[in-house]
Amino acid sequence: MTGRLSPRATILVALLTSALFLLPWVAGKYPVYLAIQILILAVFSIGFNLLFGYTGLLSFGQAGFFAVGAYGCAKILLAVPNLFLGIAGGVAAAGVAAFLLGILSVRHTRIYFSMLTLAFGMMIYSVAWKWRDYTGGDDGLVGIPRAPLEIPGLVTISMAAMEHYYYVVLVLSLAAILAMYRLVRSPLGLTLQAIRDSETRAAFAGVPVQKYRLFAFTIAGLYAGLAGALLPPLENTVTPPIAHWSTSAEPVLATLLGGIHTFSGPIVGAFLFFVIKDVVMRFTEYWLICFGIIVVAMVMGFPSGIMSIFENRKRPAVPPDADRAAKAANASAKK
Amino acid sequence: MENFAFQGLIGLSLAMYLWLISAGLTIIFGVLRIVNFAHGSLFMVGAYLAYTFYGQMGLPFGVAIVLSLLGTGLLGFAMERGFLSRIYGVDEAYQLLLTFGFILILDDAVKIIWGGVFRIPPIPPFLDGAWPVFGRSFPVYNAFVIAVGLLVAVILWALFEKTWWGRIVRATASDREMANAIGVNVPRVFSGVFVFGAMLAALGGAIGIPVRSVAPGIGSAMIIQAFIITVIGGLGNLKGAFVSSLIVGVLSAYGTLYFPVFELFFIFVIMAVVLLIRPQGLFAR
Repeated sequence: MTGRLSPRATILVALLTSALFLLPWVAGKYPVYLAIQILILAVFSIGFNLLFGYTGLLSFGQAGFFAVGAYGCAKILLAVPNLFLGIAGGVAAAGVAAFLLGILSVRHTRIYFSMLTLAFGMMIYSVAWKWRDYTGGDDGLVGIPRAPLEIPGLVTISMAAMEHYYYVVLVLSLAAILAMYRLVRSPLGLTLQAIRDSETRAAFAGVPVQKYRLFAFTIAGLYAGLAGALLPPLENTVTPPIAHWSTSAEPVLATLLGGIHTFSGPIVGAFLFFVIKDVVMRFTEYWLICFGIIVVAMVMGFPSGIMSIFENRKRPAVPPDADRAAKAANASAKK
Repeated sequence: MENFAFQGLIGLSLAMYLWLISAGLTIIFGVLRIVNFAHGSLFMVGAYLAYTFYGQMGLPFGVAIVLSLLGTGLLGFAMERGFLSRIYGVDEAYQLLLTFGFILILDDAVKIIWGGVFRIPPIPPFLDGAWPVFGRSFPVYNAFVIAVGLLVAVILWALFEKTWWGRIVRATASDREMANAIGVNVPRVFSGVFVFGAMLAALGGAIGIPVRSVAPGIGSAMIIQAFIITVIGGLGNLKGAFVSSLIVGVLSAYGTLYFPVFELFFIFVIMAVVLLIRPQGLFAR
C-alpha cells in the first residue's frame, strides 16, 4: 500500500484523463451527457466508499445528503444565477447536515448504523416531499438555470452549451477524486482502515474512534453533496425521489460492481453502472432485474469487485472481523 | 370523539398488515441474524400469487391464500438454500446487499409477469359489507384482517412458547453453536425459519389484495414500515414487533387524518430516537 501509482497505472490514469478532456470534441451530445452522469455518480460513490470500504460503516442514507446538495444548489441558483455560488452552497449545506446527523449516527456501528442512517435519509426525503412551500413537494423545483460561471471582475463563462458544463463537472470531479486519493493514503486514511479492521485495537492504541468516524461521515456527506449539487444545473429540475433510499442504493451498486476495497473500484463501478444501464435499456425497460442478477452474482462469487483483479492488493475480500466472537457473546449475554 | 375511535379501528386493521410483515422479519433476524431487505418483496409476491389464484383463476379466496403461502414459501426456500446459506460466514453487509439484489430482481420480475398496472380483485362475498360502528359503517373485511392478525399472534405465541419446535428455534436463536452441539440441525432450522417468515409476509400481502390493491411498488413501501416497527420493537423481539405494529398502525391512521404533512417525518423521528436512546427496542426486558 504505497502512496505512488505503478508506472503502468500512471500511464493509464494519464490516458483516461486526457480522453475525458477530449471527449466533447470527438463525441456527440449524448455521450457527454452520459459522462456527466458517470462523473456525478463516481464522486457520490467514492464518498460512500470512504465510509463503507475504508471505515466499515454501511450507510443507507447517503441520498439524503445528495438531496441536500441538490436542493441547496437549486434554491441558490433560482435566487442568484451564479454557478459557483450554487455548487458551493449545496456542498456546504450537505456538509453541515452530515456533520450534525453524523454526531448522532456514529454512536452506532453495523446494522444499527445502517438503520439509523436509513431513518435520517428518509426524514430528509419526507421533508423534500411534504414541505411544499419550500421544496415544491412532489413536483420538485423546476426551471433551475444552468447559470454562468462568474468570477467577479475576471471572467464570465456561459454554461448554455452542455460541453461547457461538462468541463466544470470534470474539473471538480477530478479534484474531488485526487483529494480522496490523498486522503485515504494519509495517516488519517490509514487510521480509518485500522478502525474498520479492529475497533478495539484502534481504541487501545489511543485512537478517538468516534471522532474519526464522524470525520469520515462528514467527508462522505460533502462528496454526496457535491454530487447532488452538480445535478440541478444539468437536469434543470430536482424532485424528491433523489432523496429516497433507492437513490442511496446507486453508490452501493456502483461500489459493489467496481470493488469495495480498491480505490478505483467505485469510479469504475459508476462507469459500469451507466454503461450497463444504457446497453440494457436499448433492449428492455427492465434494467433493474439485470442489476439484481449482477448484485447477487457479485456477492456470491466476486465480493471484492471487478477492480480487485487489477489492483494488486493483498487484502482478503471480507474484512477480518477480529472481535466478531466477542460481539456474538455480548449479544447473547444481552438476551 | 366517535370519529377518533373509528379511526383507531381503521388503524388497528392497518396495524395487522404491518404486524404480519414485521413478524416474519423479526423471526428471521432473531434466528438467522440477517436483516432481510427483500422481505417486502416476499409480501408483494404473496399478494401477486393470491391475485393470480383468486382474481384471475377464480379459485376460492381461502384456497388462493394457502397456495400463495406455499408458493412464497418455496421462493423463500430457494433464496435461503440457494444463496443466503452460502454466505452466513461473511460480513453482514454482504448479506444485506444480497437481499437488496433480490429486491431488484423480484420487483422487475413481478412487472414482467403481471405488468405494471394496479389491480384490485373484488372482496369475497362472505367478507363484503359493513357493520355500524360508532355511528359509521366499518367494513367487515377490516374486521376479518384484525381477526387474522390476532390469530397469527396467538399461534406464534403458542408455537414459540409451548411446542418442542419453538424451543428448538429459541435455543438456536440464543446460541447457535450450543444448539448445534446438543444435536440441533441448525441449517435446517435456518431454512425452516426463513420459509416460515416468508409465508407470514405472504399472508400479509395476500389478505390485503381486495382492499389495498396489487401493484409493483407495494413491497418497497412495506419494507421501510417493517424496518421502523422492528427497530421500535427491538430487532428480533416478536412481542415488541406486535406492540409497535399496533402503535405505528394506529398512529399513522391518526397521522393521515390529523397531520398529513408531518406523519411520515415523525415516524422516522420516532425510529431514530429509539435507535439512539434504546437500540435494543422499547420493549426489551
